[in-house]
Amino acid sequence: MARITLENLAHSYLPRPQGEEDYALKQLDHVWNDGEAYALLGASGCGKTTLLNIISGLLKPSRGRILFGDEDVTQKDTVGRNIAQVFQFPVVYDTMTVHDNLAFPLRNRGMDATYVAQRVQKIAEMIGMEDVLRRKASGLTADAKQKISLGRGMVREDVNAILFDEPLTVIDPHMKWELRTQLKALHNEFGHTMIYVTHDQTEALTFADRVVVMHDGRVVQLGTPTELFERPEHTFVGYFIGSPGMNLLEAEVSGDMATCAGHAVPLGARYAPLSGRVQIGVRPEFVSLATGDEGLPVTIRRIEDVGRHQILRAEFAGQPINAILPEETPIPADAHRLKFDPARVGVYVDDWRVTPQHSVVTSQKEAV
Amino acid sequence: MDKVQNNKAWFLVLPVLVLVAFSAVIPLMTVVNYSVQDTFGNNVFFWEGLGWFKEVLTSSRIHGALGRQLAFSGLILAIQIPLGIAIALCMPKRGFWASVCLVLMALPLLIPWNVVGTIWQILGRTDIGLLGHTLAGLGVDWNYSRNPVHAWIIVVTMDVWHWTSLVALLAYAGLQSIPQAYYQAAKIDQASRWKVFRYIELPKMRGVLLIAILLRFMDSFMIYTEPFVVTGGGPGSATSFLSIDLVKMALGQFDLGPAAAFSIMYFLVILLVSWVFYTVMTNLDRVEVK
Repeated sequence: MARITLENLAHSYLPRPQGEEDYALKQLDHVWNDGEAYALLGASGCGKTTLLNIISGLLKPSRGRILFGDEDVTQKDTVGRNIAQVFQFPVVYDTMTVHDNLAFPLRNRGMDATYVAQRVQKIAEMIGMEDVLRRKASGLTADAKQKISLGRGMVREDVNAILFDEPLTVIDPHMKWELRTQLKALHNEFGHTMIYVTHDQTEALTFADRVVVMHDGRVVQLGTPTELFERPEHTFVGYFIGSPGMNLLEAEVSGDMATCAGHAVPLGARYAPLSGRVQIGVRPEFVSLATGDEGLPVTIRRIEDVGRHQILRAEFAGQPINAILPEETPIPADAHRLKFDPARVGVYVDDWRVTPQHSVVTSQKEAV
Repeated sequence: MDKVQNNKAWFLVLPVLVLVAFSAVIPLMTVVNYSVQDTFGNNVFFWEGLGWFKEVLTSSRIHGALGRQLAFSGLILAIQIPLGIAIALCMPKRGFWASVCLVLMALPLLIPWNVVGTIWQILGRTDIGLLGHTLAGLGVDWNYSRNPVHAWIIVVTMDVWHWTSLVALLAYAGLQSIPQAYYQAAKIDQASRWKVFRYIELPKMRGVLLIAILLRFMDSFMIYTEPFVVTGGGPGSATSFLSIDLVKMALGQFDLGPAAAFSIMYFLVILLVSWVFYTVMTNLDRVEVK
């Protein structure tokens, strides 16, 4: 096991990439700490799988280096790197039994037979397949096959990392939860570095200590689930994490005041003059109903009661605004204004969050 | 409830019945007819019963032809199947050269049988053939019309040249249909090249290989034109395979009765062996499970 460092990494599937848009993976510097569980979150086609394949050695990057600890492994193949990877769709060796499938990676490394038998037994218990060990793998259902794939990924104890590429796509919801718990338990027990690719935010947030969000071939933010929620560094993170995602409004910012379509919105901090496309972003959790002249005039489109809370969907100057209101909040029929918690409003220039010069009001949590 | 019963629809099958009867059933029955009768000419026939069948079953001439035929088909399969797979594994997976390979591989399959025979008949001659001349130049006493081993070499080589591409193309199609994820998983599991072949490529190609084996077996078991053109079944009867012998018997000697009995048994043997091949190969899997 080792710390995995990516240095100046970039990858293009074209033989001669010209501009930046030719790269499936844009310039990337990143360190995966030894023994941590990461979730790699992003929409389909954002380069998640490319990044995994580069780490495991299936793909040689166009540029940059990969280090395990202090050793440069960029030119090494999968055998030299000893990394386990589980793919989105089940891969089993049809002619082998379940037992032989699980034993395959160990036998390829020339492990001792008694150790193999004992280890396979342990993994079979973990994925709940002890009773079918002698069966041929070809006749099993898709989710049983995927469990075998997962088992094959976890069977080696000496791997440098285990990579999961959306492994639970084909598994049914009940089993999904159970397997995720198993993976978590496995992580606590052996302390392997784990990278778990998914486009499902619940999966990412429950599995990982740290979440890496990718967008358009770039890592846009790395942080704990709380950090991603409270301080999205990029509008994509705001939009992708949370349900519904962060509200974004076109704005002009001067000092500690933003103006959206002629209406003033107070900000929690003072900003230097900005150039580029300026937007303000606020999570629906920090939007509330306003009375009198306060807040922005909106047209309420509909209210969804989802049990624990209600989601108010509205429109302001042609842009959608959502608010999450507590279940018990009454919504008067003439409600037509929404206000934001100033401390929770972020300012984004060309999609990236801008740091304020100094804060004017602190949020209640920080004040305590 | 009030379903109308109208069996007149069966008449719609009539054209097919007539066609099949005309093209297959009646000719086959003529052969059956010949196989149980004897004639001394003038279209006068005598009932012979199973006499011809008994004669054919005990004839050492036909035993010899059957033995040669089995040896030939066995040799053909033993060479063409592994060679075809090996070629398919070496072919480029995509791009310009993949297309070039496919076209080149398909060429021998497009040449008519008797032309293939003629090509090799000439190629093997020491006076005007490149191969024969070269061999003679190298000091080999090459003569496929006198030496039985040489005759076999040229007939087998010709069939390998003509038909290996079929196996290769089928195997190639099988290989192309294997999803990339299998190769990636095998790399992650650190499988050797041999294990990738043994546990991924071979099992995934099983379906197409079954077809390849069946086709090559049936075709080689019925081979006639090429050896007829190259060696004419000689020297002696060294390359007289079943078809060649059958034609000699039916048209050369005009022994219609024995030849008819022979053809029926020939047909049954092909049917039987193909069925055995098919059953064995499709059941391999199920047997292993238990």
